[in-house]
Amino acid sequence: MLGKLTWAAIPFDQPIPLFAGAIVGVILLAILIYIALKGWIPYLWREWITSVDHKRIGVMYIFLAGVMLLRGFSDAIMMRSQQALAFHSEGYLPPDHYDQIFSAHGTLMIFFVAMPFVIGLMNVVVPLQLGVRDVAFPTLNSVSFWLTATGALLVNVSLVVGEFARTGWLPFPPLSELRYSPGVGVDYYLWSLQISGVGTLLTGVNFVTTILKIHAPGMTYMRMPVFCWTALAANLLIVAAFPILTATLAMLILDRYLGFHFFTNDAGGNLMIFMNLIWAWGHPEVYILILPAFGVFSEVVSTFSRKPLFGYRSMVIATMAICIIAFMVWLHHFFTMGAGADVNAVFGIASMIIAVPTGVKIYNWLFTMYGGRIVYATPMLWSIGFMITFIIGGMTGVLFAVPPADFLLHNSLFLVAHFHNVIIGGVLFGAFAGYTFWFPKAFGFRLHEGLGKAAFWCWFIGFYLAFVPLYVLGLLGMTRRMQHYDVPAWHPWTLVAFVGAVAILVGIIFQIAQLVVSFRHREELRDLTGDPWDGRSLEWSTASPPPAFNFAVLPNVEGGDAYWTIKQRVLEQQTLAAEPEYEDIEVPRNSATGFICAFFATFMGFALIWYIWWLVAVGFVGAFVTFVAFAWRDRTEDVIPADEVARIDRINRSARSAALAQMQPAE
Amino acid sequence: MSAAQGTAERGPYPIGHDATEHREPHAEHAERGVVSKRIIVGYGFWIFLLSDIVMFSAFFATYAVLSDATAGGPSGKDLFHLNTVAIETACLLLSSFTCGVASIGARAHNDLMYYGAMAVTAIFGAGFLSLEIHEFAGMVAIGAGPSRSAFLSAFFTLVGCHGLHVTLGLMWLLTMMAQVFAKGYRADILRRVLCFSLFWHTLDIIWIAIFTVVYLMGAAQ
Repeated sequence: MLGKLTWAAIPFDQPIPLFAGAIVGVILLAILIYIALKGWIPYLWREWITSVDHKRIGVMYIFLAGVMLLRGFSDAIMMRSQQALAFHSEGYLPPDHYDQIFSAHGTLMIFFVAMPFVIGLMNVVVPLQLGVRDVAFPTLNSVSFWLTATGALLVNVSLVVGEFARTGWLPFPPLSELRYSPGVGVDYYLWSLQISGVGTLLTGVNFVTTILKIHAPGMTYMRMPVFCWTALAANLLIVAAFPILTATLAMLILDRYLGFHFFTNDAGGNLMIFMNLIWAWGHPEVYILILPAFGVFSEVVSTFSRKPLFGYRSMVIATMAICIIAFMVWLHHFFTMGAGADVNAVFGIASMIIAVPTGVKIYNWLFTMYGGRIVYATPMLWSIGFMITFIIGGMTGVLFAVPPADFLLHNSLFLVAHFHNVIIGGVLFGAFAGYTFWFPKAFGFRLHEGLGKAAFWCWFIGFYLAFVPLYVLGLLGMTRRMQHYDVPAWHPWTLVAFVGAVAILVGIIFQIAQLVVSFRHREELRDLTGDPWDGRSLEWSTASPPPAFNFAVLPNVEGGDAYWTIKQRVLEQQTLAAEPEYEDIEVPRNSATGFICAFFATFMGFALIWYIWWLVAVGFVGAFVTFVAFAWRDRTEDVIPADEVARIDRINRSARSAALAQMQPAE
Repeated sequence: MSAAQGTAERGPYPIGHDATEHREPHAEHAERGVVSKRIIVGYGFWIFLLSDIVMFSAFFATYAVLSDATAGGPSGKDLFHLNTVAIETACLLLSSFTCGVASIGARAHNDLMYYGAMAVTAIFGAGFLSLEIHEFAGMVAIGAGPSRSAFLSAFFTLVGCHGLHVTLGLMWLLTMMAQVFAKGYRADILRRVLCFSLFWHTLDIIWIAIFTVVYLMGAAQ
């Protein structure tokens, strides 16, 4: 009846996960009861859970990323404290548990923090920057989000029901095969990623279609903001790379569940296929994460330098070049696995070449700042912090592209330091820059600047304290994923790294405080006009938060930096453009399809992990019936009448008129 | 800035067929920019199909690597019956033709043509599937199942994945017949018929590759 699931699956003998799980469970239950008592459930259901509005979905993505960041960071600080303690001792985390922690840390941070964060930013911003009313497939967008949430839920369920994988963030066979990992840990990993992978793929399809096909009048490709270009590149990579991940994990699933022999040691299996395929997805994946971050920096640097972006065309070309070369370097992840000197040389050179377009971008940002009147707001601090940090990470990356150097450094903490250097210094700083930059657009009030700056400095200093020691440790020969050690030379550095993790913890506390304080002082921080930063692209031309329809009338785009052009004309003429003729606007109706589908997918995933076959069938039939029921709807759109559109738009127009009266045209 | 022309400026243009003929009344409405919903849906579905083809290409690559890894077991030459495969191919190609007829029927709002051709498509599809299941069952019965060798794992996965697509396609086909029956030839349902036919034709393309790479090359070894 319940497959492999018994009471033995609950780790009563391991206090840490049980305790953590209990606390999280109690907090969740308390929040749910509080929400129910306050009578907020109908509101949440109507305005958020069933919403197909890209802005709401984007906010939910970023919320998910934030919660998962806390979980992933708990894992991180446990690893740092374990290594700080485990000199000539066992530490406090048994190896079995320690292995699950580093596997869960990597899986969560990549798939359920970095991915939802960048996808969330794209959701909030891209349709607004294109000057349109929604993405191409709004309901599909909601399905994508809820499937991602399902994946995140399953990973966290593994904390208290069963176990998580002990195989690292990528489950390399043969270790991940049934013979060496007989528990459900790898199955949790596989099904979480398969389900959330479907969501990510659908996001890719949705955004490629949106960016290539849906534009405001006059928004030609070469007038799109760079963030739209980087989002396009990232989503093209999703469409081309995620199916490879799906296929690869499917083969591992078949090996584990039905005794196939893709990657086994016997019967002709070949684990090198897994290495090649997983990195044919895995290398584009890092660009899926970093390209949107590059887009954020482009917007932020240009806005806070008060200048158009330097070298727009070269930025676009560099982005698309990275998009293509991303598929030609995967082998550098396993130089040491016997491809031979010639193959290694080819991939080494390709890996060095991909640094060139990245360098172009760095110079473009520097030249954008050069001669600009720079405002050191929080998003700009994250951007400058990124430039410094990412250059160091990029240079150690080029070092790794040299195969002989890679032979010395691979699998050491030097590698761990390198990829955290580019992912924290690049993706995460970019995500935080975008979060601070677009928060007022999404919520209508700015985040507290002082606390934001404090958070930045803690993260920035904490990052260097935590990861420069890992570079040193790598050079001293310490390998990654080490549960304990007895080399005296390593111990001081692990202590420094732990201090760095604590500094980052303080940064996170500042970020939570910033959110709370800003919410309480939202009236003072209110963004009345919708343009708090003196922005340049179309998202700043509408109210904050934007109405459900985004734009009362679609903007007419006449050049790059579309809103800047409009704004300068208004400032010269000292009057807003004449009030347009408002028309009825159709907006897509709310739909519970995404939520219900994910509900069934959660049960299906859980049942597959525990071999509960009847529940698998129920889950599949439920999801299929949900889709058919969705397809049976007769009304797919609601109409917002012209009067209502006019009423909403006039509020923003009067705020802008008032602001205009106090401003002078820019030089 | 004039070098690159945005789609929005070019306006609606057909993909494959004449898209302007059946444009919905609101196609020019600012709601979705200037491009019609039919174009957007068709384009999005194409992108999805490309991703599906990428997934198949991963299975093809794996098959290519493992096709000699028979681990002392039977090889393709011992197992494949080209006559059966020829009938399977004929079923699938004919079903693609009738699927095309069905989409013409849907566009012409011709019940007989639509339901008749969809039903024939379903019969051909089911015929293909039953032949494939028969082939698989025969192989398992003589001890040449997917766990016998890496070659057979790759074979069953690649061909089976295509078969799974055909199965899902059949479910979709029946759903589309029911939808037209319940709702008539509504614009959104016609868009789904378009997507279904794109899907069905793509399965054909993949089958041609399987036919060549797996069966013809396997039997010729």
